[in-house]
Formats: sequence, structure tokens, C-alpha cells
Amino acid sequence: MTEPRLSIEKLSVTYASARGKLTAIQDLSLSVTNGQFVAVLGPSGCGKSTLLNIASGLLSPSGGLVSIQGKPVTGPRPDVGIVFQQPTLLPWKSVIENVLVPVQAMGMKVSEHMERARSLIKMVRLEGFENHYPNELSGGMQQRVGIARGFMHDPQLLLMDEPFAALDAMTREHMTDELQSMWMQSGKSVLFITHSIPEAVYLADRVVVLSARPGTVVDVIDVPIPRPRTLETLSSPEFTSICNRLRMFFRAQSEKQENKS
Amino acid sequence: MKDRALSIILPMGALIFLLIIWDRAVVLLEIPTYLLPRPKDVATALWNGYVLEQTYWKHLRTTLYEVVVGYGIGCTIALTAGAIVAESRLIERTLMPIIVAIQSIPKVALAPLLIVWFGFGVASKMVLVALICFFPVFINSFYGLRSANPDLLRLYRAFGAPRLHVFFHVKLPSAAGSIFAGLQIGVVLALIGAIVGEFVSAKEGLGYLIQSSTLSFDVATMFAAVVSLSAVGITASSIVRFVQAKVVFWEQRDSSGATLSETV
Repeated sequence: MTEPRLSIEKLSVTYASARGKLTAIQDLSLSVTNGQFVAVLGPSGCGKSTLLNIASGLLSPSGGLVSIQGKPVTGPRPDVGIVFQQPTLLPWKSVIENVLVPVQAMGMKVSEHMERARSLIKMVRLEGFENHYPNELSGGMQQRVGIARGFMHDPQLLLMDEPFAALDAMTREHMTDELQSMWMQSGKSVLFITHSIPEAVYLADRVVVLSARPGTVVDVIDVPIPRPRTLETLSSPEFTSICNRLRMFFRAQSEKQENKS
Repeated sequence: MKDRALSIILPMGALIFLLIIWDRAVVLLEIPTYLLPRPKDVATALWNGYVLEQTYWKHLRTTLYEVVVGYGIGCTIALTAGAIVAESRLIERTLMPIIVAIQSIPKVALAPLLIVWFGFGVASKMVLVALICFFPVFINSFYGLRSANPDLLRLYRAFGAPRLHVFFHVKLPSAAGSIFAGLQIGVVLALIGAIVGEFVSAKEGLGYLIQSSTLSFDVATMFAAVVSLSAVGITASSIVRFVQAKVVFWEQRDSSGATLSETV
């Protein structure tokens, strides 16, 4: 029995804010096993970004235990890859230099990793754009550079914070397919944060549903649809029934919220 | 191509037109030349000053010397100080209120004091120039360095990158556009500083030339000095803008125009 890549147990995070204590996450447990794709789905303000900061070790929890590969997370983890909502590239560096940022930031020799950077650029289908600058690329292309950068230092766990949220619908669908094939090739564990139900169901092996603040796990749904998932998957009865189940769930949640207030 | 030619021809045409109106006005309205010289008198003064008698060169050289050295010192200190204050919240909280308070003093008001402290020579003017350039460059460096994308900083932090690495790879390039905007403002102010310093007391320099020619009602020389000054100003700003376009190649150049118009 191998240890899960990422395991979060009874996590709680409270902030001190101007209006007193604010509980962002309460009693949240989840785990990502080796090579698993887990999507975290929740309304805005459910502490998704906080969860990401916790998992990458940039924020320490107020309570609970976070461990990667069985070892508790105590500080920043270089073996975790992060992909943000925005491409977040360095505009003064070319595509290949941007992809090499993790290597450079960790003080390793850039020349030894050129080959890998090139192959990643190939993987995100940006061959020939190695020496272009970000402002010469479209938003979708920039985001692909961001994804290649996330893979660069070969992290065992990839954290993705709504990576496609800023893209237009067409590019978004396309990128979703690309991410699936990149993930299938690489065998990485992924924690994918999103607020799109179809995106979560299409990509993930398991969907973790969070409630509104304070964020906590309210449901976990396994998605047993075989891979690779394609255009046909979107209209398959399994896919639609899972999506509908999630939709019903969120609708019930928001009605409950309204009744309360 | 045609568009570019037009953008030179049109302002040139307008300039010639204005010079003609100026010349006609002086002649037709019989304005005495000790109040307003004709353009050709100014041209003659420039010709004599720079070519025949060559007496203007030393004034130009002195002013340039004061501006270049003062600007260099002022900007270097401002950048360093901006970096230090931006990197430390404690230093920021300690020094920022004082710096802001000092900033509200009109620096030219210190000119007579600086003459007392640093003498009648070029040193006092350099200090004034440095002082006057300091604030725009300091403030722009500070805010530029603070405005780096927080996600990028998070990313570098996750990789455990050393502080200096983050400073040179993320913060400084992020601030470059803003720093250049400060340098652009500073270059205009530097010239003002040097001239004001020379007005107060000097033996050489374009400011001195303006002062001394006023006393002898030699308005043509005054105008010649002003033309020289504007040539220096235009050249200096162009150099800064040129360097900016080379260094901050990823940013559009629209920022420099906006900041220049804010200062004047």
C-alpha cells in the first residue's frame, strides 16, 4: 500500500481579519493518490485558493495535518508544481526561459535542462515559439507556457488553480483535452481547482465538492468514465447524470443558503 | 513611411510658420529689440556664441557637467534607497513618513542654503540637481518594486529562491517601467535644478549666461541660452527614452508621454 501523494486531514484555516476571526476552511479532509486526478469543485469563497496555498506549503494550517508522500508539509515545497488562473509569465523572458524558471529559481544549471524544456514546449504544442516573448502570444498560448512551466521540474504533484478560467470557451475546451492527454502521458497526481461542473467531471477521477465558507467537504463523487474521454463523453448518459447530480446538489445548497438569510 | 515623413514635416512647418509670425510681429508692431529680438538676431547670437567666438561652449559644458553628475548621483541614491525601503517593512515604516515630509519642501527653496554650504562652484548645483531628481526616482522605484505580481512571488517562494534572486529576476524587471518613468521626470527636473542654482550664484553655465545677459539687456543672448537649454532637455529626454525602449522592450512606450506631461 503506497502513501497517498497528498493527504489533508481535518484541516482548518482561520484568518484574523478586521471583523474578527474568519474561518476559511473547517475540518476538511481529502487525499490524492499516485497518478490520480482530483478536482475540487466549489462555489466562490469556499477557500479554494487557501487550500492551494496550504498544499504548496506557503501557508501553515491553523489545525489538522497536511502531508505529501507521508511527510508532513512544514514549508514551501519545491516538488509541487503550481499553475495559476492567469498565465503569470515573466514578460521579459522568452517562452523557453519562462519554462525554465523553476530550474533557475532552484539554483540548478539551466543548460542541463534545455532538452526537457524543449520537449515540454513540444508537449504544449508551442514548437517554434521558444524564443517568442509572452506579449507576442495569445492568451491560450500563454497559459500553455504556464502549464509547461508547472511540469518543468518534474513535480510529483501538480496544483492547478482554475487554470482555464481566464480563457474563452473555445480555447477552454481545447485546453481541457490537452491537459487530459498531458496528464495521461506524465502520470502525475493533480489537484485541480475549478468552479465548472462539466470541466471537473470531464477531467477528474474523483470530484471533491466543497461548501461555501467555511469550506468543508460535503460530497465526494468518483467518475468511473473510461479514458481518454472525448467529445462523445460529453453526451454520454454517465457524464450527464454525474453533472446533473452535482448541479442539483449546488442548487439545493444555494436554496438552503437563501432560506437561512 | 509616408506617415513618418509627415510626422516630421508637419511640426517643422508649424515651427517655421511661428517663426515667421514672430519676425513679422517684431517688425510691424515696432517692438524694441531689447524687449523681443527678431529670430535672426537669436540665430546670429547662437552662431557667434558657438561658431565664431565660441564663448557659449564653456557655459554649455558647465551646465551639462552639473546636470550629468547631479542626475547620476541623485538617481543612484534614489534607486538604492527605493530598493532598501521596498524590501523592508520596518525601514518603510521608519523612514517613509520622513521622506514624504521632506518631499513636500520645494527643493529650489534650498538653493541659497546649498550655495552657502557647498560654495559658488559646480558642487552646490550638483547637490541641488541630485536632491531634485531624488524624489521622483525614489517614489517610482519604491512603488515599482512593490507592484510585482504576488503570484509570481509565491511561485518563486515555493521554489525556495534566494531573496536576491527574486529581487533581480522578478522585482527589478517588474519595476523597470515605473523606474524609467521616474528617470524621465528626473531628467527634466535636473535641468531646472541646475539653472536655478546658477541663477542664485555662479560664474559659468547657461543659467549664468541668462542672468548676465539680462543685466545688459542683451535679450538675443538670453533667447540663445534658452534655445540651448531646450536642446539639452530634448536630447537628454530622448536618450532616456531610447535606453528605456531598449531595456523595457516588453512594455509599450505610452507611459513616458503621460508622465512627462504630468510634471510640466
